Amino acid sequence: MTTTIEPPDLVTPEEPRGPDGHTPGLDHEHGDHDHHQGPTGLLNWLTSTDHKVIGKSYMITSLVIFFIAGIMALVLRTQLADPTSSLVSFQTYNELFTMHGSLMLYLFAGPFAFGGLANFIVPLQVGAPDMAFPRLNALSYWLYLSGSIVMLSGFLVAGGAASYGWVAYAPLSNAINSPGAGADLWLMALGLTGFSAIFTGVNLAATIFYLRAPGMTMFRVPIFSWNMLVTGILILIAFPVLFGAVVMLFCDRHFGTHIFTVQGGGVPVLWQHLFWFFGHPEVYILALPFFGIVTDIIPVFSRKPLFGYKGMVFATMSIAALSTGVWAHHMFTTGVVLLPFFSLLSYLIAVPTGIKFFNWIGTMWGGQLSFQTPMLFSIGFLFAFLMGGVTGVLLASPPVDFMTHDTYYVVAHFHQVLIGTTVFGGFAGFYFWYPKMFGRMLNERLGKLHFWGLFIGFWVTFMPQYLVGLYGMPRRVADYLPSNGWTTLNVISTVGAFIIAVSFLFFLANLWISWRKPIPAGDNPWDGHALEWFTSSPPPHHNYTHLPPIRSERPTWDANHPEHRTIHRPPKHRPAAPADEAETVGASS
Amino acid sequence: MRVDGWFLAAIGVFFGVIGIVYWFTSYEDAGFLMLMGAMLLGILPGSYYLWWSFKMKPQPDDDPNAEMSEGAGTIDSFPGSSIWPFVLGMGAMFTVLTFVFGLWLAPIGGALILSAAIGGTMESRRGGAV
Repeated sequence: MTTTIEPPDLVTPEEPRGPDGHTPGLDHEHGDHDHHQGPTGLLNWLTSTDHKVIGKSYMITSLVIFFIAGIMALVLRTQLADPTSSLVSFQTYNELFTMHGSLMLYLFAGPFAFGGLANFIVPLQVGAPDMAFPRLNALSYWLYLSGSIVMLSGFLVAGGAASYGWVAYAPLSNAINSPGAGADLWLMALGLTGFSAIFTGVNLAATIFYLRAPGMTMFRVPIFSWNMLVTGILILIAFPVLFGAVVMLFCDRHFGTHIFTVQGGGVPVLWQHLFWFFGHPEVYILALPFFGIVTDIIPVFSRKPLFGYKGMVFATMSIAALSTGVWAHHMFTTGVVLLPFFSLLSYLIAVPTGIKFFNWIGTMWGGQLSFQTPMLFSIGFLFAFLMGGVTGVLLASPPVDFMTHDTYYVVAHFHQVLIGTTVFGGFAGFYFWYPKMFGRMLNERLGKLHFWGLFIGFWVTFMPQYLVGLYGMPRRVADYLPSNGWTTLNVISTVGAFIIAVSFLFFLANLWISWRKPIPAGDNPWDGHALEWFTSSPPPHHNYTHLPPIRSERPTWDANHPEHRTIHRPPKHRPAAPADEAETVGASS
Repeated sequence: MRVDGWFLAAIGVFFGVIGIVYWFTSYEDAGFLMLMGAMLLGILPGSYYLWWSFKMKPQPDDDPNAEMSEGAGTIDSFPGSSIWPFVLGMGAMFTVLTFVFGLWLAPIGGALILSAAIGGTMESRRGGAV
């Protein structure tokens, strides 16, 4: 099967398309190569190499994982609402918080972003017929699915699942302190999903580098795809280190090596170096895709081009580069790391992040804002990530870190960062691109109920945790004394967790309704900017039957609104534009 | 092509500088070696792409005024659908489970991986769908 791009028959700016994106005669007459002859049903799912099918599989699997891990979080919060609760045993509690963290970080957040959304959207945004390596793409899904099954199967073996926390610090994770098959299954699952992530990273980088449509220069690629490129490179830096560390830990557990044990001359803190050299870039592997989603959504709902496109690209690159030099700020309290170096680099990350915030606000400034569900989630992201980020800057200061290390302050900080990005940003992207993926709309009212439930529940859950952390409550404890005075704050936090849970019932109801009573979305329901809104919803096999000329970073907008098209500099073969012509002609009119 | 090369080379240069600063401020070997690895990850492909970018003529996806017809033609040959990634993934799962539950799983994993390797290669040679 070969893929061709249709030569002429282009949409010129003089042929505007209707508001729903349909122009007679341009509607997806499939050529011969578009009729996909292949298996259907279950066999299609097993054998497909289409990035859209794989992206949807990734997304459904990761959402299932998200709900499993969310239910674990509810059990944990219920346990903590009562000081001497015995809802679950201490051992089960340890297993639950370990698996909650592992499922959310390794199996939901990353795969949802770079496996689900990016797989579906990046080839569409750069005008490619598929990912660069379609079969490798399918392999990474199967490795991810089998890794998820292996990790969850820890609950079925004698001794239970891994119970050493998602960071698996040595020597707690060695064979003496954590015996049993569950811990081994956890390590094996990291191996499988690690390779899945590496293959996806290779695929993303190759697709964005070499499968762009003609005219889609690197500095016209939408920011979401730019961020996925940088994420892909970060994956290639971080995940091999994790894999190496996992192999070493497994050898320590079973083959008699002493890499992380003092008795044999090893260094336990080496695990922390290796793990956090993976772990801190991992935080940005989880954050950058969602920055990209929000950066693509805000201009669409402000009806303006993005403010400071190149600044955004360079901010992404600097965040990614700096994030790889800050790993030991998780290790300040070990006493064997260089405090000023890591503290300085950690502070520096706030600068490009601040540039991003400035550009997001600059994009909204003076725009025609419309607060539909994706935009609401994006603004929720801005608030949530700001709070998580500011408390993170505090933690980069060693004196503050010594005080708050391993308290609920840290728990609240990273939950606000990660929920701010992966949940607010992720569901912003989900609501934004769902019409493109499935060709049907989601209900706006239920979407807004979902947002407000999540937004209120989010603050009610995590703001008390900052306080209770400052009052001294350590993380990873299953009970505490009534005389500690932490009960009220913990009860408030648990109530917030259940508000979040209720908000997700609205989400499930929304999916159910859109599935039972579909409302057709049309090609371009949001009047979007990037190339993916040019094709039909859902896109045909190999994505495009026609492409508009790409002369800016928002080709679909230019094709639909020729009178307001984006002009950055006069094209070489045309006379220069008048000097008073602004960067964009009447964009926000 | 040239932007890609500079992008990767810049990653390498950044980690080279950070790695040297880190070494002379901390003398800690694990982090230094990982930073050097990251430097090579940027420098090696980056310099390779840059070398090619000066030898090749500019590609239509790097030309800001390119017409869509310049990219016409066959891009690549993609297998329409393939069972072998699934087989290989299951083989990988059984292989890693060997390390947990014992050697009796190894023949299953090995057979799946071997058949996927042969099947996938033959499929590429045929160049078609299943």
